[in-house]
Amino acid sequence: MIDFETPATIQKQVDLINNVAVQVMRPISRQYDDQEHDRPWEYINVMWKSGANAGFRGKSPKDIDAGAGESVMKYRYVLLMHTIEALSWGDAGLYLSTPGGGLGGAAIEAVGTPDQKERFLRRFTEGEPKWGAMAMTEPQAGSDTANIRTTAKLSEDGKEWILNGEKIFVTSGYMAGEKSPGLIVVWATIDSSAGRAGMKSFVVESGTPGMKVARLEKKHGIRASDTAAINFTDCRIPFDNILGSPEVQQSREGNKGFAGAMKTFDSTRPGVAASAIGIARASVDFVHEHLEKNGVPVRYDLPYHRQSAVLRDVLRMEAQLRASWLLVLRAAWQMDAGFSNSMEASMSKAKAGEAVTWITQKAVEILGPEGYSCKNLVEKWMRDAKINDLYEGTGQINRLIVARRLLGYSSKELQ
Amino acid sequence: MISFQPTQDQTLVAETIRRFVNERVVKVRHEADESHQLPENLVQEGWSLGLLAGWIPEEFGGLGENHSMVSAAIYAEELGAGDLSLALHLLAPALAGLPIALFGTTEQKQRWLPALAADAFPKLTAAWGETHWDFDPLTPRTQAILQGDNYVLNGQKGLVPLAEDAELILVYATEKGQPQVFLVEKGASGLNISPRERNMGLNALATYEVQLENCTIPRSARLGGEQGADVKKLLTYSRVGLGALSVGLARTAHSYALNYAKERHAFGRAIAQFQSIAFMLAEMAWEVDAARLLVLEAAWNMDQGHDGLAQSALAKLYSDEMVLTVADRSVQILGGHGYIREHPVESYLRNARAFVLINGLGMI
Repeated sequence: MIDFETPATIQKQVDLINNVAVQVMRPISRQYDDQEHDRPWEYINVMWKSGANAGFRGKSPKDIDAGAGESVMKYRYVLLMHTIEALSWGDAGLYLSTPGGGLGGAAIEAVGTPDQKERFLRRFTEGEPKWGAMAMTEPQAGSDTANIRTTAKLSEDGKEWILNGEKIFVTSGYMAGEKSPGLIVVWATIDSSAGRAGMKSFVVESGTPGMKVARLEKKHGIRASDTAAINFTDCRIPFDNILGSPEVQQSREGNKGFAGAMKTFDSTRPGVAASAIGIARASVDFVHEHLEKNGVPVRYDLPYHRQSAVLRDVLRMEAQLRASWLLVLRAAWQMDAGFSNSMEASMSKAKAGEAVTWITQKAVEILGPEGYSCKNLVEKWMRDAKINDLYEGTGQINRLIVARRLLGYSSKELQ
Repeated sequence: MISFQPTQDQTLVAETIRRFVNERVVKVRHEADESHQLPENLVQEGWSLGLLAGWIPEEFGGLGENHSMVSAAIYAEELGAGDLSLALHLLAPALAGLPIALFGTTEQKQRWLPALAADAFPKLTAAWGETHWDFDPLTPRTQAILQGDNYVLNGQKGLVPLAEDAELILVYATEKGQPQVFLVEKGASGLNISPRERNMGLNALATYEVQLENCTIPRSARLGGEQGADVKKLLTYSRVGLGALSVGLARTAHSYALNYAKERHAFGRAIAQFQSIAFMLAEMAWEVDAARLLVLEAAWNMDQGHDGLAQSALAKLYSDEMVLTVADRSVQILGGHGYIREHPVESYLRNARAFVLINGLGMI
């Protein structure tokens, strides 16, 4: 039965996050935007200790279950979307610095063996705050992931992999690779002539010799989150750190490695969209309150000719926001219900990326100098929002994915 | 608990409508648009699906089910995916039926509701929209004044479907600054119906301008009697109904363009293999889905007993823009061929533009 009711257990979690957003995130939002490479420990510690990130990606299902009760398992991804959305309403940059497994944890969950899950994911539930990260992009290869050049070669005794190459745009790479006992999932090729079939993922633990953070990027927005460039120079890791079963992973037939990466994205893309929507909702809320305070209430019963241009814009912003959110919820519900959702996941990401870019830019326009000024956060939200149309597949790459599914075309048939 | 899955019953009815559309409507819609005439038997066949009888109370011959706007939206999408003229023709009786079922006095219900559960297509309709550009559905220019035991109506209505043969027209008018609804029967003094309208689209739907010149009706002909009717509520029904129809129209336009783009070759490959075309098709697909979800959410809110005013406004605003864009893109994808009337896409574009101005035509 079609039902839009948010389950009470999820609502409880959202209320909790909302308190964190208002009391912890918003007060330091501007500070960590200004001081780009400082780490927001007041937020990090709250999130690590409170378990407010229960259901967060990178924690194993068992732990989520223990934290939030069995019934929540039925809508684990829906819960995750609500959590990300509410945190991003607080501050998207801070949300991205939330301790936990991050994209690295998600990859391990998606394709790791039970033993690997235990070995790598347990750390995210105990001890000090830790981060996981994913290193895919290279200077010459972004969306064109089959073109990555980082290599993984077996050592002569066959007991280790040796990684060499340069990775960029690693979200939380600094925290995951150097500042905490976390880990980074690194994509590398074991056979550069094999294209995607040669691509495998490897877990590199924090502090492994040969892995070095080369620099932290200075960004347009989401400045509270570190974005690292990482070099690998004869970086040796245990043989068992190749993700998935070694038999499958060493096979040069098929492209299970790449499929693994794509499987990860099916679950993370709606999360990017959810974050985008949290930011845009912050902008819409601000505009709403500002207009109400200034005697321009938002109304839903006026015909076109009686709407002011501003009201018309606000209504369109709200409609775009809600439409994007419903696409996210649908993709998450599909995950929870066990349906395939590659197309819908990419739809939600592409739609939200574009919608929130427009919404947050419109908010600055409507508020004029008050929107542009750093006295308010509206200008920051516009900068923060834009990343969502870029990372984890630009809007264009996601269009390509949707179009191929829709038309039944292979990547050769539609390039 | 959140879910995007229709019930088995809803799926079954939707499939029945889809079959009717595919087997009966698709092949005649072009001719109907050209000749400005729906085949008589098609209307009767559509009516025989019994789409409105469900929520008519048992005492009036219906099935006595709760009215579900979610179900209505699902079914309206299927009708809209067929032909908009036919869909609006089939729903015209609901323009009178639903307001009467919601707000009518016992007497009004007894008099008019049985027709909605009967086998013959009922000749009931409503006159809400007006002919001027700055129409406001909540303050129509048409005025109603109580004079003794009668109401006197004055004004000009437009886009009234099936008015010529209608035995009953629900007329929306402003009474003391508030919108109210009045039951005007065929032959009422001062009720004049102009010759059939000609518009850019909706060619196969017979619509009329209706003049009310000191049209005098008994005091008891006000919908809901002394209580009156909540027209804002009726507006939300109309918005959701029209939104659902537009989703159906857009879905059909998209799928026509998609199939064409896979067949049509240029520069040695299907044009769908060019990103410029493929990306349009991808965007159209999620815009249709997004609008559908907004419409369903608004419908669900209404079924939960919420007023749905904000949700329905956003759903309608969104789907109005969506359907026009999708119809326009489908013409674009067909290129010059999209402009030729042998392909249906140009008619989708003409029909799609109607949604911004036919408020009051989608009540289900």
